[in-house]
Amino acid sequence: MTPDTIDIRYVAKLARIALTDEEIERFSKELAELLGHVNALSELDTASVPATAQVVESRNVGREDTVRPCLDREVVLSAAPQRQGGFFRVPRILAE
Amino acid sequence: MTMEATIARSAAEIARDVNARTTSAAEVTAATLAHAEAVEGEVGSYLTLLRDVAESHARHVDERVRNGAHLPLAGVPIAVKDNMCLENTRTTCGSKILEHWIAPYTATAVARMLEAGAVPIGKANCDEFAMGSSCENSALGVTRNPYDLTCVPGGSSGGSAAAVAAYEAAIGLGSDTGGSIREPGAFCNLIGFKPTYGRISRYGLIAFASSLDQIGPLTRTVEDAAFAYDAMAGYDVMDATSIDRPVEPAASGLREDLSGLRIGLVREFDTKVLGEESDALYRNAYRDLERLGAELVEVSLPTADYGLATYYLIAPAECSSNLARFDGVRYGLRVEGEDVRSMYDKTRAAGFGPEVKRRILIGTHALSSGYYDAYYVRAQKARTLIARDFAAAFAGCDLIACPAASCPAFEFNAKSDPYSMYLMDYYTIPMSLAGLPALSVPCGWVMPEGASRPMPIGLQLAAPLFAERLLLGAAHAYERATNHALAHKPELAGVRA
Repeated sequence: MTPDTIDIRYVAKLARIALTDEEIERFSKELAELLGHVNALSELDTASVPATAQVVESRNVGREDTVRPCLDREVVLSAAPQRQGGFFRVPRILAE
Repeated sequence: MTMEATIARSAAEIARDVNARTTSAAEVTAATLAHAEAVEGEVGSYLTLLRDVAESHARHVDERVRNGAHLPLAGVPIAVKDNMCLENTRTTCGSKILEHWIAPYTATAVARMLEAGAVPIGKANCDEFAMGSSCENSALGVTRNPYDLTCVPGGSSGGSAAAVAAYEAAIGLGSDTGGSIREPGAFCNLIGFKPTYGRISRYGLIAFASSLDQIGPLTRTVEDAAFAYDAMAGYDVMDATSIDRPVEPAASGLREDLSGLRIGLVREFDTKVLGEESDALYRNAYRDLERLGAELVEVSLPTADYGLATYYLIAPAECSSNLARFDGVRYGLRVEGEDVRSMYDKTRAAGFGPEVKRRILIGTHALSSGYYDAYYVRAQKARTLIARDFAAAFAGCDLIACPAASCPAFEFNAKSDPYSMYLMDYYTIPMSLAGLPALSVPCGWVMPEGASRPMPIGLQLAAPLFAERLLLGAAHAYERATNHALAHKPELAGVRA
């Protein structure tokens, strides 16, 4: 499979989690160990085996395109950390 | 009736009495709430006690019964794992990131329990986002094992298990991703039952690993597990992975013997590795199955040993994707940052605990460019092989019997490195990967090293897809013939009924 290394800073960036230096050290070590264990899968011959994404019944689920009740906008927005009118408020995304 | 006698009744007995109006849901609820308030200081099963909600539901149930309704779970107190939504109540997932979040709707499984007459006593503690095997990963509270308060209740549905074991509820709702109902069931002397994947709707269950998560009951008797299953199982239009095929009711299929059944013992699962005492108990359990009329046959699951590695790629991969929704924008915690990216980074850093971060990181790595095929796709292929092993095994037997957990409940902080904790689920993970129904039923008591009290261990029974009726039927026969659960009581104030 792959070497038991993990660029934890890069992965944390992808995962959108700010890690402390202490966490970087700790997770680098722990995750390398775990990847060592999961590398056991390379012993299995899976060349001609299909991947399983659904164990029970794989089928597409469709429904009539009809209007149904949904959560009330006020109720949903009441859980927002910050709101403005009918919207979720977030820090500026685009520069001026 | 004394309070002890009231709270120690099974769900089936409570429903019978409330329907017959020899007691009321209000009385059962009042006794359960009073008892829960008395023992919570010791056990800590609940993150939120729902006194007003419970009393209001109980009044409603009594009114329905007075109006002639017969409710299968009339007045039955339930503990709801805190990763399931209940409208207008706090739903935290045991996480700082959802510590103050109020659910705007009710999970289908919970709604069906309430419709059947159940009364929600509280939201039960759990490992954060259901990630763990001991319940030590909750960011919001400590839950202790009612059979030995120095030990963990098992995870991740540890709060639901402890609540039922300590008579703070008759049924606990748990969720099982890799063993999170069966393992706390084994640790707390209960039936822990995970149905076939897709049998019970996951709508309103906050997702951890969507292709594995399944809701199920924790109960003191197999009959109660069957009642809970019958109430919850069935198609739900709100869950695209819910199975649209008729449910065979389980409560009417409970049996008294195992005649005509072939039960497979897994060649690769040698119980000697569990120590002399556990090994002897499992051998004894297998002999009991035979004594009850089952024919024991050897089956082989050659790829089961790869279950852990497969699971610890697939579950984190799915969790890294599912938990991306916790970003501080729409709900939950927000930590302000100078821009939106730093808001995400800081919110997630402050909101998630170490185990959740660990799994998000593994999952993100396994799905990242250059590693996806080597890790994620390979694990999905290994999953196919494991499912095929089970299909081949079930060609030669009706049920499989094996241990439920790698050891009995252990003391807090006993397992410090992540992998030794992951090994706890060695026997439960393969069934989860194959989507099979499986349960843990008490099969004896061991005296762990250094322990002052005997602790329960569980026998796991697994069945082919959709064979819940057969599985619960057989477990009932075993339970009735052996009665291991009744050998010891929790040592808590007011629990000596």
